Amino acid sequence: MENGFSSPRSESFPAGLRVLVVDDDPTWLKILEKMLKKCAYDVTTCHLAREALNLLRERKDGYDIVISDVNMPDMDGFKLLEHVGLEMDLPVIMMSVDGETSKVMKGVQHGACDYLLKPIRMKELRNIWQHVFRKKIHEIRDIEHENIDIIQMSRNGSDLSDDGHMYCGEDYNSKKRKDFDKNDDKDFGDHSTKKHRVVWSVDLHQKFVKAVNQIGFDKVGPKKILDLMNVQWLTRENVASHLQKYRLYLSRLQKENDLKASFGGIKHSDFPPKDPAASYGHQSSISLNQNDVANGYQFCGSNFIAQDADTKNHEGDLKIVSEMTEIKRTLTADVSDPQKARSSQSFGHSFASLETEASYPAFDSTNPPEFSWSENTETQVKKELKPHLQLEDGYSQLPPHGPQHQIQMNQLQSDPAVTSVLSLTGRDISGSIETKPLFTEFKSKHASHVSPTESAIDTFPVQTKSQLINHQSFEPISTVISSTKPQGFNLSITDLESSQRNLTLASDPNFAPINEDLTVWLQGDYYSMNFGQSIDLIDYDDPGFLAEVPFYFYDPLTADFQCPIDSTTECPIVDQGLFIA
Amino acid sequence: MERNQMRRQLALMRQSFFDQGFLDEQFIQLEELQDDANPNFVEEVVTLYYRDSSRLILNIDQALERNPLDFNKLDNYMHQFKGSSTSIGAKKVKAECTQFREYCKAGNSEGCMRTFQQLKKEYAILKRKLEAYFQQARQAGPLETACRSRN
Repeated sequence: MENGFSSPRSESFPAGLRVLVVDDDPTWLKILEKMLKKCAYDVTTCHLAREALNLLRERKDGYDIVISDVNMPDMDGFKLLEHVGLEMDLPVIMMSVDGETSKVMKGVQHGACDYLLKPIRMKELRNIWQHVFRKKIHEIRDIEHENIDIIQMSRNGSDLSDDGHMYCGEDYNSKKRKDFDKNDDKDFGDHSTKKHRVVWSVDLHQKFVKAVNQIGFDKVGPKKILDLMNVQWLTRENVASHLQKYRLYLSRLQKENDLKASFGGIKHSDFPPKDPAASYGHQSSISLNQNDVANGYQFCGSNFIAQDADTKNHEGDLKIVSEMTEIKRTLTADVSDPQKARSSQSFGHSFASLETEASYPAFDSTNPPEFSWSENTETQVKKELKPHLQLEDGYSQLPPHGPQHQIQMNQLQSDPAVTSVLSLTGRDISGSIETKPLFTEFKSKHASHVSPTESAIDTFPVQTKSQLINHQSFEPISTVISSTKPQGFNLSITDLESSQRNLTLASDPNFAPINEDLTVWLQGDYYSMNFGQSIDLIDYDDPGFLAEVPFYFYDPLTADFQCPIDSTTECPIVDQGLFIA
Repeated sequence: MERNQMRRQLALMRQSFFDQGFLDEQFIQLEELQDDANPNFVEEVVTLYYRDSSRLILNIDQALERNPLDFNKLDNYMHQFKGSSTSIGAKKVKAECTQFREYCKAGNSEGCMRTFQQLKKEYAILKRKLEAYFQQARQAGPLETACRSRN
């Protein structure tokens, strides 16, 4: 149906390539027409940009590529370029007698696939089919990528964590994903390793935001953003995925604004936007922002995704949610913190184990708040979950293997179906934690099971900073694998400083027995807008995991921080959860 | 014989355009585009260029009468003019265009005026030369084509 070269004409490709040439200069128009005809292309010329736009609109599939002059009286060539990119998504070649870098850059930024300088040579035109061809290839590749992404998400635990955001952002795919998973587990597994993963660094995200702002939020499209960003290796698909998340993020931000008022100087955390509708997983995220750089903390957010073995256990997942809200857990937190005394930093490391009214098992304030959350929803598993959380506070004063803060929480829960341990460690935090239910967003049929969770955590006596933790949401995520993602803890701090803190989360090698890779992503970002600091912990398919899973959190961020990592397996560190696509 | 003579003369004349810097290789490009479908392609393009650019020259003339000069506008016109001039490879004219635009950027009205006079001169010289060339080519043309095909 595609008329271009993909039709019968394709045999002679690139002959018959349909080119629209726009130039207000009749002399050049004549020359270009002749040149293009000599290339056996199908040429249409017009001397006005508006005319060109009309032609293009009339016959949306009538052209394969557009060549346009930059300077035209009726419409700036860049404007035309933008329209074409937006409306027709055709490759556009700009041409000008001006080779100024700024101009060329502008062209490329606006989405030009090439920028030719006049006088244009035959050989340059002879080659333009490549842009059309390249575009086709990319389109095909994008589709493939998407599929791989989907597969990967459903298949691979560790990859899932990487892709946490995408995964979240593309919940509409969950069905598909599920299908893939059911139908063909193994075959697709291999693909995951080949997949090109985009890590949305702060820089990259900044570029992205800049591009969005430049275009105007209501007019943005992945293509335009991509072009503006001018990052070669990025694909349109990457941008599209990120844009989707960004949109959701913004809309969430808006919702949060209401909360903000009550909490005073807050931050927003950004999570992987997700569409809860299709998800039945469990997700919550904590994003804590702490700006007290002096103390070496910025912020620590964690976002864990735990998957359980029973992918079909929707009920179980939901149960978790409801239990969280309904069940008051008794949490025993054993904290041994030898370091506290020794630490030269005069933080009152205090561990408080609290029961949150609503649901949070425990909250410890000492050090970077860390939140670990592991859940198992499988009802069949009778094992007790004894999560073992070890938090390390790395100060230079500490011998690498010296005493560390250790928080151990043992929780025995009568209900084997769901065991969740929450351990939060905050350093220098005084604030309140609020758990706010975003369950309302959950539109799936399970929605009814979800009850709002609200928990207020007592303020901890802390040093100078007051922080606010806002636990925003637990959102079910979809997938075959149920996942738990702590989401939405906002810690707001009085100081804003853009700094980054990286947390390395390592898992003890002793736990190697865990089937799947245990990958923990910890990220802290203090960039003015805190986006999705999150730790994704993914695992699973392994009930054994439930038995005992100690996680070690290290905070290597502080310069003087010594992190005894030797005994541990390092996990990838990512700056921004949102930035992974 | 006479035709061969004309052809030689034509070739010499053409060569002089390049040697004296009136034209650049773009002109050769145009010649290469000429084929049976457009046997007078080069001449057509040159004619088109002169017809279209005379309008621009008029615009620039008018713009130069203004006081103060609108350098942005002038630069814009000259940009167009330069673009056109590259199409036929009018090297000297193009050079004046570049100079003119530099004066525009510098806000040098006098430089603009002076350069524009020079530009018009070069523009006219080239026009005369090319007209003569095409006229001679028309006379020798058929033979030239014939010779080529024979070869």
